[in-house]
Amino acid sequence: MNHRTVAACTAAALAAAVLTGCGSSGDDSAASGPAELTYWAWAPGMDKVVALWNEENPDVKVVVKKQASGDDLVTKTITAAKAGEAPDLVQAEYQALPTLVGNDVLADISGEVAGAEKEFAPGVWQQVTLGGDAVYALPQDSGPMMFYYRHDLFEEYGLTVPTTWEEFADTARALKEKAPEKDLTTFSSNDAGLFAGLAQQAGARWWTTEGRKWKVAIDDAATRKVADFWGSLVREGAIDNQPMYTPAWNKALNTGKQIAWVSAVWAPGTLTTAAPDTRGKWAMAPLPQWEKGANATGSWGGSTTAVTGDSEHKEAAARFATWLNTDPEALAALVRESGVYPAAKAAQSGGALSRAPEFFPNQPDFYEQAAEIAQGTAPAAWGPNVNVAYSTFKDAFSKAAKNRSGFDSALRTMHEATVADLRKQGFGVAE
Amino acid sequence: MTPVTPVTRTAPSAEPAGGARPLPLGGAGSRPGRRGARGRGARRAPYLFLLPAAVLFLLFFALPVGYALHLSLRRVEVEGLGLGEGARREVWAGLSNYTDALTDPELAAGALRVLGYGLIVVPVMLGLALVFALMLDADRVRGRSFTRLAIFLPYAVPGVIAALLWGFLYLPDVSPFHFVLGELGLPAPDLLDGGALYAALANIAVWGGTGFNMIVIYTALRAIPAEVYEAARLDGCSQLQIALRIKIPMVAPSLVLTFFFSVIATLQVFSEPTTLKPLTNSVPTTWSPLMKVYEDAFVRGDIHSAAATAVVVAAVTLVLSFGFLRIANSRTRQGDSR
Repeated sequence: MNHRTVAACTAAALAAAVLTGCGSSGDDSAASGPAELTYWAWAPGMDKVVALWNEENPDVKVVVKKQASGDDLVTKTITAAKAGEAPDLVQAEYQALPTLVGNDVLADISGEVAGAEKEFAPGVWQQVTLGGDAVYALPQDSGPMMFYYRHDLFEEYGLTVPTTWEEFADTARALKEKAPEKDLTTFSSNDAGLFAGLAQQAGARWWTTEGRKWKVAIDDAATRKVADFWGSLVREGAIDNQPMYTPAWNKALNTGKQIAWVSAVWAPGTLTTAAPDTRGKWAMAPLPQWEKGANATGSWGGSTTAVTGDSEHKEAAARFATWLNTDPEALAALVRESGVYPAAKAAQSGGALSRAPEFFPNQPDFYEQAAEIAQGTAPAAWGPNVNVAYSTFKDAFSKAAKNRSGFDSALRTMHEATVADLRKQGFGVAE
Repeated sequence: MTPVTPVTRTAPSAEPAGGARPLPLGGAGSRPGRRGARGRGARRAPYLFLLPAAVLFLLFFALPVGYALHLSLRRVEVEGLGLGEGARREVWAGLSNYTDALTDPELAAGALRVLGYGLIVVPVMLGLALVFALMLDADRVRGRSFTRLAIFLPYAVPGVIAALLWGFLYLPDVSPFHFVLGELGLPAPDLLDGGALYAALANIAVWGGTGFNMIVIYTALRAIPAEVYEAARLDGCSQLQIALRIKIPMVAPSLVLTFFFSVIATLQVFSEPTTLKPLTNSVPTTWSPLMKVYEDAFVRGDIHSAAATAVVVAAVTLVLSFGFLRIANSRTRQGDSR
């Protein structure tokens, strides 16, 4: 009930006030002694990785403040920056960078991180420079997309692993014929990142710039192809239409009611918790292709380490960010403690990634294959109002998925809402 | 005669006191001044006592409300690509945020959804609360304190937890109800879809809120003097008649109060639909007006339109709840005069 919610919020607000009080007093004392950097991050186990740095660098102490991932952290960071209280370092997803840069939250650290560029793939690096000369963050992890399937059930139903999307659709239909109560997978409308990655694979570039104007191409031919493909599978009932990350979805994966999942390199971690009884029964393959024989994939997830403009120790913060994302020891710890797939090329094979994920004992060369797939990662193109596009996606596509009515009008709604929001805010918008 | 003498005696004795007026010229000149200080102090005291409340009210209520009003009249304007320093500035927006909010079909749809939800929640919850309170108050009830606690207990469960709990029970694939219905070969409805969603959401609120309202009504029932019942019984009233003719009219003020609380809680519904949202395709991010405020402020990062929508929601809540209180008060006043 709501009076209780209000009470809880008040209590939380008071607690927050007390905490910030403590925090700011800490910052003051830091100015005289060794530098103390606050780092907002959500990756699990980040405190353990940071402990390695603190041991070796007594003059620059980094304090991790654990955050919840997602859109509200972007807003929280922007709000903190408006108050001049932003942390020194913040973990930010790639698609949030233009929004953060537009709100003047991030510092340009191109001077401090010179030489880091060669450590990363060009498609990844371009996302932290926004195509200019400035560098707003260092890539931390990336999420090249892959196809996960239950190899035991594929064998049982006589299915072959699809290499093209056409084959994927046929596989879904074939499974429906053999086992009507089962689904190959579901189209989930509660994470726009998956749809964005699928569109990238098809060649979509949703936000690009033309001079001083943004050009939005969410309703372009490539994305429409992807939307039509999934929309028609949902409409004909070849796949399920229920959202991911629900107790029902966990159960479907765990019991084999859904036997495949289009996901990214971090999927083993999710499967471990969602479908604990299926260890060793999953296998990973490249994402089905639009053109036979191609090796293209999109990205789903992935984040960066950014230094804020509020930081009083930008140079030290940039040094820490560089260490965290390029130093072999740090990257190994990131893989071990946080379970991330590092963005640095050197760390994507061997070292901590020489062993397959615990959940995939049947696929010892998991990360070698992953590194090969990651080579074909299509570039992403993010704009200043990804949040608006994503939230419109959720509402429009969940309605369309529920009604099994095809996705073309939902895609148009997403495009139009995004353009209208840019216009309303005063951005230059190219036709 | 004797009583008069003291009076006549005191009167002249008062004269010298009056005659002592030249005293101010002497050392006792501080006397009237002191009396004035005491008077001023006495006049100041209530303000001093009010001060903490007034300061808290200003700091934590009036000021934030004022700031929200200020925010709602402004907006961010971006230039060109909106990248880099100074690309964004806050400008005066006039009432444009308000016209946008009021003409937004999503806000109107959200208000309609909340209305439908409230039409289920308020009557069912208050009806149940009243019935339970009357039953607990009836003579010859066993296990009264246990029952009272059992009905009240769900109120102690936080709204988010309650919504999660019910969400699991609603989801067809994990719900024990669906399992049992399936085993019996009966059709199981999807409670997270279409019209059933309103019932599902209302059920969470009724489950959590009935106990609280019951306690309020029950406390009022206990306060009815026993003589009234005695008189009623002497007149040959049955238990049912006592409940209908005496108890319900006498707890009418508590019914007004609980109705008032319930209407406000309904207009502010947020945590239940927000918790159920990720479980289903049927709850959009703007299901209720407050969810839209949250979405605007924390997902779209537009605090200005969020502030405007919040002001609109607050105004509607104020008008509805105080309008209702006025009507209720004028009714009771009419009843009193009769």
